[in-house]
Amino acid sequence: MSSLFEEIHTAPSEVPVRRVTVRVNGQARTADIEPRLLLVHMLRQGLGLTGTHVGCDTTNCGACTVLFDGRPVKSCTMLAVQADGHDVETVEGMGTTGELHPIQEGFKEEHGLQCGYCTPGMMLTAKALLEENPNPSEDEVRWALSGNLCRCTGYQNIVKAVLWAADTMRASAG
Amino acid sequence: MYPSRFRYEAPRSIAEAIELLTQGGGDAKVLAGGQSLIPMLKLRFAAPDMVVDINNISELDYHRFDADGTLRIGALCRHEHLEKSPIIASRQPTIAAAAPLVADPIVRTRGTFVGSVCHGDPQGDWAACMMALDGHIVAQGPKGTRQIPIRDFVRGPFQNVLAYNELAVEAVIPAPRGVARGGYIKLERRVGDFATAAVAVALDMSGATVNRAGIALTGVGGSTIDAAEAAGALVGGSLTATEIARAAEAAAAAAQPRSDHRGSASYKRHIIATFTSRVLTGIAETNERAA
Repeated sequence: MSSLFEEIHTAPSEVPVRRVTVRVNGQARTADIEPRLLLVHMLRQGLGLTGTHVGCDTTNCGACTVLFDGRPVKSCTMLAVQADGHDVETVEGMGTTGELHPIQEGFKEEHGLQCGYCTPGMMLTAKALLEENPNPSEDEVRWALSGNLCRCTGYQNIVKAVLWAADTMRASAG
Repeated sequence: MYPSRFRYEAPRSIAEAIELLTQGGGDAKVLAGGQSLIPMLKLRFAAPDMVVDINNISELDYHRFDADGTLRIGALCRHEHLEKSPIIASRQPTIAAAAPLVADPIVRTRGTFVGSVCHGDPQGDWAACMMALDGHIVAQGPKGTRQIPIRDFVRGPFQNVLAYNELAVEAVIPAPRGVARGGYIKLERRVGDFATAAVAVALDMSGATVNRAGIALTGVGGSTIDAAEAAGALVGGSLTATEIARAAEAAAAAAQPRSDHRGSASYKRHIIATFTSRVLTGIAETNERAA
């Protein structure tokens, strides 16, 4: 584990900690954590994966969405200890600067972000949608994203970006 | 926000969970989907000494119909499972209609039906469905199991009648007498908001005849409202326009709405009448097509 993680999350000796192993973006990460640690805090402070944002911190906004065993969850509303033995995917697992994921490409092409704060959550929810439904209607995209809020209100282009990605991914799947 | 410190246990069997709850002696909370509990822990509205996470008890992850048509929903059945279930879509229209309207799509991947009912939020969608469907909760404790009708299960806002060492293991919807018809319509200002008003309807029908009826209302009182008079007016009838209008009026009369930022009391009452009529008219049309 990174030293930052231990520094922040080494609890006083009388507090029981749990050893967990979580597969994050395909890589097994092991940590001793307090059970009350939230998943989003383990990702951000513990693992330095700051692409996952804390928005409302009250289960409303979806900015902290990650994929948990492939399904979107609000990582501010899960305990990190619950991820023991499970797969977590964050925006850092989607693509690289050199090779963007088609969904990331779509957000770039269709100007699907303004301030960008909600974007990682939007993209991961979109990824889960497209895995389940590679050819969604505009309405289906809107419904799927209805748990992710954009305070810039840039929904129109976010929806376009996801549809762009769906087209692109279907074309490349041949 | 962080929750207070707690001891965390993740049992792998129901028996082990009950043993832990017994050890906890009233200071333990059960964690299922966590979509209400974890926000409450973070806000420190709840600060239990122990959290008993039941997510590893895989035997609780089911929903199924018995041979006689009884529907059983296990404590780990998530909203999303019901939303996407082919057997729910074809056989239980009230639940099929409500599932996509619970909270938002991301909350639905984690949150559970039974957990929502246990949470006892007076604005909860599932409590109204359970009431319209005349469902009950099966609670398991050290001395065995007991069945608790939904009307007796919720004691008040955020309170249920479970003993500290009882686990709600499943929700049960009795088999319909005939064919199950029904629906759920909710008005919300935006996805994820509490209901401005919502109506759950569940009818058991033989052909055009109503054998049993349940109507329950969300968001228009201090708790879920059982519109028993409205439902009673339908039993024995055949959903004629007059019967539907009478039921809609009785449902609106049963509502106890308060004016607030979501709308005036008279507006909410109007919504209840409109939604009741809309669901019942839809059922009458379905019946006509099926006839």
